[in-house]
Amino acid sequence: MKEKDLPNTNSDRRNFLKMGLLAGGATIAGVALNAAAGGDKATGEKVKALTTDGKLIEVDSGLMEESHEHKKPCGDEINYRQGIPGKSFVMVIDLARCKNARKCVSKCQDMHGLPVEDEWMKVFLMQDSTDTAPYWFPKPCFHCNQPPCVKVCPVGATYKRSDGLVLIDNERCIGCKFCMTACPYSSRVFQWKDPEQPEKMEHACYTPESSVPSRVGTVGKCDFCPDMARKGILPDCVTGCPNGTIFFGDKKEDIITNGSETFRFSELVHDRAGYHFMAELGTEPNVYYLPPVERLFDYETGFDNLTDEQKVFYRNSIVKKH
Amino acid sequence: MDNTLNQAEVEKIEHDLLNHITHRKKVHNIWLGFLLLVIAIGIFAYYRQLRYGLIVTSMRDYTSWGVYISNFVFFVAISLVGSLVSSILKLSKAEWSTPLTRLSEVIAIASIICAAIIIIVDMGRPDRFINVLIYGRIQSPIIWDVIIIATYLGLSVLLLYTSLIPDLAICRDKLTTVPKWQQKLYRILAMNWKGTPKQNAILLQISTILSITIIPVAFAIHTVTSWLFSTTWRPGWDSTNLGPYFVSGALMAGAAVIVIAMYFLRKSLFLKEYITLSHFDNMGKLLVLLSLVYLYFNINEYLGPAFKMVGVEGEHITELFTGKYAAMYWLVQIGGLILPIVVLIFKKARTPFPLMVVSFMVILGAWFKRYIIVIPSLQHPYLPIQDVDESYLHYIPSWEEWAITLASFGGVLFIITLLLRLFPLIPISETIHEKSAKNSAS
Repeated sequence: MKEKDLPNTNSDRRNFLKMGLLAGGATIAGVALNAAAGGDKATGEKVKALTTDGKLIEVDSGLMEESHEHKKPCGDEINYRQGIPGKSFVMVIDLARCKNARKCVSKCQDMHGLPVEDEWMKVFLMQDSTDTAPYWFPKPCFHCNQPPCVKVCPVGATYKRSDGLVLIDNERCIGCKFCMTACPYSSRVFQWKDPEQPEKMEHACYTPESSVPSRVGTVGKCDFCPDMARKGILPDCVTGCPNGTIFFGDKKEDIITNGSETFRFSELVHDRAGYHFMAELGTEPNVYYLPPVERLFDYETGFDNLTDEQKVFYRNSIVKKH
Repeated sequence: MDNTLNQAEVEKIEHDLLNHITHRKKVHNIWLGFLLLVIAIGIFAYYRQLRYGLIVTSMRDYTSWGVYISNFVFFVAISLVGSLVSSILKLSKAEWSTPLTRLSEVIAIASIICAAIIIIVDMGRPDRFINVLIYGRIQSPIIWDVIIIATYLGLSVLLLYTSLIPDLAICRDKLTTVPKWQQKLYRILAMNWKGTPKQNAILLQISTILSITIIPVAFAIHTVTSWLFSTTWRPGWDSTNLGPYFVSGALMAGAAVIVIAMYFLRKSLFLKEYITLSHFDNMGKLLVLLSLVYLYFNINEYLGPAFKMVGVEGEHITELFTGKYAAMYWLVQIGGLILPIVVLIFKKARTPFPLMVVSFMVILGAWFKRYIIVIPSLQHPYLPIQDVDESYLHYIPSWEEWAITLASFGGVLFIITLLLRLFPLIPISETIHEKSAKNSAS
């Protein structure tokens, strides 16, 4: 998980090393045992470690400490501009299940340490005509196969990968905001000021896959959480939804899941008339919507968590459309 | 020198046209000081922006381009004046425009420099500008813009410089009372110009090539700027009309800028003999012509979408015609476009003062027109604007944005003033040459 990958203070770094060891990871070089001095630090928790001469030993986790400055653990060996081999990520959102519980929004914000005003996942209230019922419409980045944002970026800071993802390298972004004007779905947010992030995020080792930390003067957006996918973990918006609205998976494997239910991607979008939002723009999104038929909730229940002011705001914005 | 003008006449011309370099008035220093103050306030505002981020502006996630970008478009538009007067008019043998060529080139250079600076001001990470060179993607319209702006600036400087060489030689020979560094500057820049037939032939060739080359580049610079908008899906931007619409608007604004500059410079630099009433009359007629062309593209730009009223495009048009931008929109269209056409049809209006006032309206209209092109479009995305802070719905530039915008105007005027302190405003050798030609003809 992202939050745990964020070595900051010494103790954080030690925690990270422990975790790496527990997972049988590769980052054990640079750790020495200090049994003599550390008697009082024993925790009783045993971890396995591989010594430099190849012996597998078991040590109390409290007795381990770093013997020299550790290198950045964010995987310099990974080329983040190439996709994860053999993958083609896809999301399906079942509009019949959404009641604007807003957990996808808040979980995503928590995980990426985003300020309240930055929503990489957004929930809109939509109404196609005055005669039809309004519905709630969660919207991540669509990770288009013909991404307008990537086309216009002057420095290749936002790019398309072979696994379908559109990512941002916020260490390269020059903040021209052209991608924001080019995205027809308003998916991108800008860091207008130095973002207030939890401290461990600020010092996190940045990769375009983790998107953490955000940086002032650069653009951010939903990244489909590929760093978690590498570990087989679903994005927080998917697992956070109480109604299983959001399905995430791999087109090539033809499997998508919301954590509790799993479907064949092709069957689901076929049988439930999956569609692209504004397909006429030709952007070929990797997010499919299932129409809001036979809904689980009345759309009014989506107003439950909102203030009166917010309700008026939503209602006015759809009234204005007609 | 040509024999048809006697020595006294030549000397009078040289004296008149060099006068503003040798005799500086106190008011000019005050003017420069004032401009420096305006620029300093802008620099302070920019310091705040660097320190706190773009949060000091009123731009937010929906209105992510604001007055910086509209001001950028404005100055790119103004820069087209250089090619209008010193290429288009010159190549079409409109000899009356000779005294205006240098002025137009100076304005062009000043505004293109400031346009380039403004685009950097709009960047979230100006410290990473070097990435444009390291990672530049030729597929991005921004890179096209960077290339074309650099090309146009280079060509404009060359155009100004080559036409200046004979005059620099005159400065070198006649201005013996100016400070040493200034004499040295003239000596170096004049490049040993002696006015020999061979030198004249080379110069004529170079300036002809330059004035032809700069026309497509000038059209390209503003067309590419329009593509920054028309390559997106935004209502009001998603239009094939945008290129000629921008270029025609730029030529109109450029003509108006020339008129304003003419009006003030002929007074403060005592050039009434050289910038005459017929210049105002001609510029007035030119302004009507260019405004009519721009009116045509305006009708093209708005009639189609207004007739169809499709989706967000319709919302956008409604907001311009009757919504919260209606007052600005109609003031710009009527006051800055239709009224000038009507008024300037009358000969009396094409005299210095009325023409200057009308040109001012055109310029004001041109500036706000770009505001109206850039900002309302961004406030009409395909998805409704929901679940955001109230401040995301509106855009009223912050004081920092205004200060920086004013400083960019200050910068343009500062560069123009500085150049006019060093170099003759009206091409001396060309004036002498043309007068001789006229004399020998008559």
